[in-house]
Amino acid sequence: MIGEHLPALPILLYLFLALLMPLAAKLGRGLPWAISWLGSLAVAALGAWGLWHTSTEGPIRYAMGSWAPPVGIELVADPLSCFFTFAIGAVSAFVLLHSRESVERDCGASNTMTYYASALLLLAGFSGIVGTGDLFNLYVFLEISALAGYAVLGCGSAKASLSSFRYLIIGTIGASFYLIGVGLLLAKTGSLNMADVTAILHLEGLSPATTLAVVFILVGLGIKMALMPLHYWLPDVYTNAPATSTALVAPLGTKVAAYALLRIGYEVLPYEALALDLRVFDVVLALGAVGIIWGSVMAIAQDNIKRMLAYSSVAQIGYIAVGFGLATPYGYIGAVLHVINHAVMKACLFLVTANLEHRGEGVSIKGLNASLRRKMPVTCACFAMAAISMIGLPPMAGFFSKWYLLLGSYEQGSWILVVVIVVSSLLNAVYFFRVLERLYLGKDEGEAEGASPSRLPTVMSFSTLVLALSLLALGFGNVFIVSKFISPMLPGF
Amino acid sequence: MNGFFEDYSAYIMCFLLLTVGLYGMLLKRNYVKKVIGMTIFQAAIILFFILTAYKEGGTVPVKDPTLPLDQADAYINPLPHALMLTAIVVGVATVGVALSLLIRVYGAYGSLDEDKIQQEASK
Amino acid sequence: MTTDVVSQISTVPLLAILVSMTAIPAILLSSRKPNLRESWSFLAAGLKFALVLSLVPGALRGESVGITLLEIAPGISLRLVADPLGVLFALVASGLWIVTTAYALGYMRGHHEKKQTRFFASFALSLSATLGIAFSDNLITFLIFYELLTLATYPLVVHKESPEALRSGRMYLGYALTAGLLFLAAAVWVNVRVGDVSFAAGGFIPEGAFGEGELKLLFGLFMVGVGVKAGVMPLHSWLPAAMVAPTPVSSLLHAVAVVKSGAFGVLRVTGFVFGPEMMREHGLDVLLALFAGATILLASLIALRQDNLKKRLAYSTIGHLSYIVMGAALASPAALTGSLMHLSAHAVMKITLFFCAGAIIVHSHKTEISQLDGLGRRMPWTFGAFAIGALGLAGIPPVYGFLSKWWLSMGSLDSGYSLALGVFLVSGLLNAGYFFPIVIRGFFRPPAPDAHFPKGEASPWMVAPLCITATLAVVFGIFPDFPLPFFEIAKQVVESVMGELPQALNAKDIGLAP
Repeated sequence: MIGEHLPALPILLYLFLALLMPLAAKLGRGLPWAISWLGSLAVAALGAWGLWHTSTEGPIRYAMGSWAPPVGIELVADPLSCFFTFAIGAVSAFVLLHSRESVERDCGASNTMTYYASALLLLAGFSGIVGTGDLFNLYVFLEISALAGYAVLGCGSAKASLSSFRYLIIGTIGASFYLIGVGLLLAKTGSLNMADVTAILHLEGLSPATTLAVVFILVGLGIKMALMPLHYWLPDVYTNAPATSTALVAPLGTKVAAYALLRIGYEVLPYEALALDLRVFDVVLALGAVGIIWGSVMAIAQDNIKRMLAYSSVAQIGYIAVGFGLATPYGYIGAVLHVINHAVMKACLFLVTANLEHRGEGVSIKGLNASLRRKMPVTCACFAMAAISMIGLPPMAGFFSKWYLLLGSYEQGSWILVVVIVVSSLLNAVYFFRVLERLYLGKDEGEAEGASPSRLPTVMSFSTLVLALSLLALGFGNVFIVSKFISPMLPGF
Repeated sequence: MNGFFEDYSAYIMCFLLLTVGLYGMLLKRNYVKKVIGMTIFQAAIILFFILTAYKEGGTVPVKDPTLPLDQADAYINPLPHALMLTAIVVGVATVGVALSLLIRVYGAYGSLDEDKIQQEASK
Repeated sequence: MTTDVVSQISTVPLLAILVSMTAIPAILLSSRKPNLRESWSFLAAGLKFALVLSLVPGALRGESVGITLLEIAPGISLRLVADPLGVLFALVASGLWIVTTAYALGYMRGHHEKKQTRFFASFALSLSATLGIAFSDNLITFLIFYELLTLATYPLVVHKESPEALRSGRMYLGYALTAGLLFLAAAVWVNVRVGDVSFAAGGFIPEGAFGEGELKLLFGLFMVGVGVKAGVMPLHSWLPAAMVAPTPVSSLLHAVAVVKSGAFGVLRVTGFVFGPEMMREHGLDVLLALFAGATILLASLIALRQDNLKKRLAYSTIGHLSYIVMGAALASPAALTGSLMHLSAHAVMKITLFFCAGAIIVHSHKTEISQLDGLGRRMPWTFGAFAIGALGLAGIPPVYGFLSKWWLSMGSLDSGYSLALGVFLVSGLLNAGYFFPIVIRGFFRPPAPDAHFPKGEASPWMVAPLCITATLAVVFGIFPDFPLPFFEIAKQVVESVMGELPQALNAKDIGLAP
């Protein structure tokens, strides 16, 4: 029974819970918080169940409202999309679990209900992007998540609202470009269903109109995922937004756009024409490589930890773009794996900044000192683990995405990429050890014991720790993930 | 090229409108003008979709007793219209969120001019 | 390892690695009770050594035992195997850990160092990583432990937390992480081309998998990867800088575990990835030998000019590590034997010297050689041990260093690069030139009038270990198989890699072994 409806369930669950929020807020002050993280946990469970189900019995296709595709909207659950659903549910569950105090502090106690409602809508949008099999439906979910995202990122200070507004302008351009592309495809093929469009495009090949469509779609998704020259909105937004919101949006928002890019780029659009006539993959590869270096260098130049992490996100998205652009099995595996790995790493790192803000510590790197390690040992340890993973040292998760990307680069005989990946790891090491050095070796300038005003709530350290530990699990489990979920979904190259 | 402009005049106008909107969003210094640019931009996209649905001599896609249903060419394509209903809703929601964010910005900085706000913020 | 050698399943290598890891929580938890804390270290060290010892009989039969843990990347497992070479290295590292723990106890308390808990915890982790390196069965497992070693030793290098220490720490990280990444790049390349990354005695890269230029590049990547830790010039400058670390660190890690991991890596790569035949055919041996030879001579010359005792020892370490690298490069049976013996010989002798340096620093607070005039008469045991170590490193019988140098010299004649023999001889003289003045100053020069030497020897916790290692250096020099069969294990390694024993051993047993 559930199996049949599985593709729709995560989206509907999130939407329903979002509607439930006003009522929940009436019943109890902590209820919106509890419902939202439990809901995310349920989605993670659904994703896990779907993983097991679809990897044994094949993908589930679901016709919304029983309108058969290609006329109706189709949702698809295959191992890859279930895996992303699982990741969205799991990461957001811990971020939301962590968020209670921060939300009350940053957005005001009276706004928690709206905050959690928006957060759930955001997640509904994310799981919709992952689960849909319809190009226009993807646009709708893109906008749902974006609109909820503007709200979530814009709460708190006026600065946050300002950067959220700027993001809104850029984000709307991105989504609209995508929409124009979809419109051109629709005019050319008469269909919006991904599988249908794929079949038609394979028969017809590229025409000028579809070429234009490809460009619009790529630029649109490029803006949404903050690919190198289109990334300017990202650092401001991530820096000014409340830490919890950043922790919610940063790991997942750009990643689902990347997921959409992988899906559409490889599966919907005609691969050969894209690779040979338009050289799309080469372009994305080059942009990704430049983005890796640029983002890392900019990250080194920052003093604000959040801004540093934001630029590091730009660099990490470069990795995903590189994996996409390699257009080899290993590149694809590397890109998908990095989407997951980076989501967990960044969530963990932004939760660390949330912990810092909660304890009233600044987010300036110069202001960090070794007293923090005494005051918040778990947070510091989590930061260290995530940082080591970001640098890409084995056996943490980050190492393995790098491993597959390197394999892919060698497969393509691309030496420059090998150099880029090696150099960027070193740059990562520079900016993370800069922080680690201060946390672990700097002068302990803190006051003596007993003067600590408020301990960090247990849930906050707990969720940060879970994310940090799952980096180890992801590292050791990478073969399982790759062979079980990613390899079967490899598009034909 | 002969006939290109005649054949595609509607599309060309539509893309001109699109550029006007884009110009407003990216280059205007006043935030409300940016929002206005955004609505123009979105309207242009909606027009574009409607244009793709248009057929020479087609009629509204409501069942007409004089026209057999299998004569699809006689009806214009209803699908883009339906899609644009959704897009309009999205557009309205976007404008709503944008304006509500701007109210907060105005409350904090007392201005909606990008230069002034930047001065204010850097103080 | 090689398919023809029976590989039995055994958890001993894994346990040997885990022992010191499990000691870490215990060490951290007992941070307020120093005595309890140190007994955990002793316990772990003893257990580890016992576990490694239990592997020795197998290694003497040329067997490899090991265990596959899990698939870490498609087709590549996290696999630990104790083959003769690994056992040899593990034996050296774990055996000296016991001695060093005793010494560290005396040093850290005598010097009133801060953050001793972190010190002992990192120390235990470093040892785990070192054994992991010893028992790695493929490039990836090796890399994982190699990086772990970098991270585990970083807190030790910056232990003092002074700006100078931080600077050295950054330098160390910079060098080590770059090396790790280049190693990774090389390993991935091999994986793509060969489809396998498991070590095999005699090399596993098939002829023709790489073009001529590519092969040189690959070899270069590998050599930079392991050469940084082995201190091959021009990649050495982190090592003298890392001497800001407390002396037990310098002694165990920067004379035994870390730098030997690098040297061990060179042996693994030359003997088990490329193989001697391929090295010879493509001129890789000459390439490596050139760097090694230059390092030996230059490091010795620089050591001559150092006045700081630890710095002089550091440069001497750089030189001696390249002995091992040189032996690996020459790739003749005799040279490899010498190389393997020098792995253990240099460890025992250099740790003695570092122990002495530490004892001098803690007891008399003298760090410069020019301040040591007359100190030998106050600290006869320390300086006596120093003299033995110095004799050994200069290659004078009956200390262990003579044996390894003897085999290395024979190897350089065997392999036809007689120039290498000249390098070894000149370097022996230079060694004598920079070590003997220290001994002479200590014993025969009158103390400077303003020198305030404290009475007596340093703490027995420090003097006993250094006497033990000095004694070992002599015992091994006379009986290379007693109490630990280094020579026999080395023979097994040479036979598996080269397919033959050194000529001298084939012709007649020269009777050094009882």
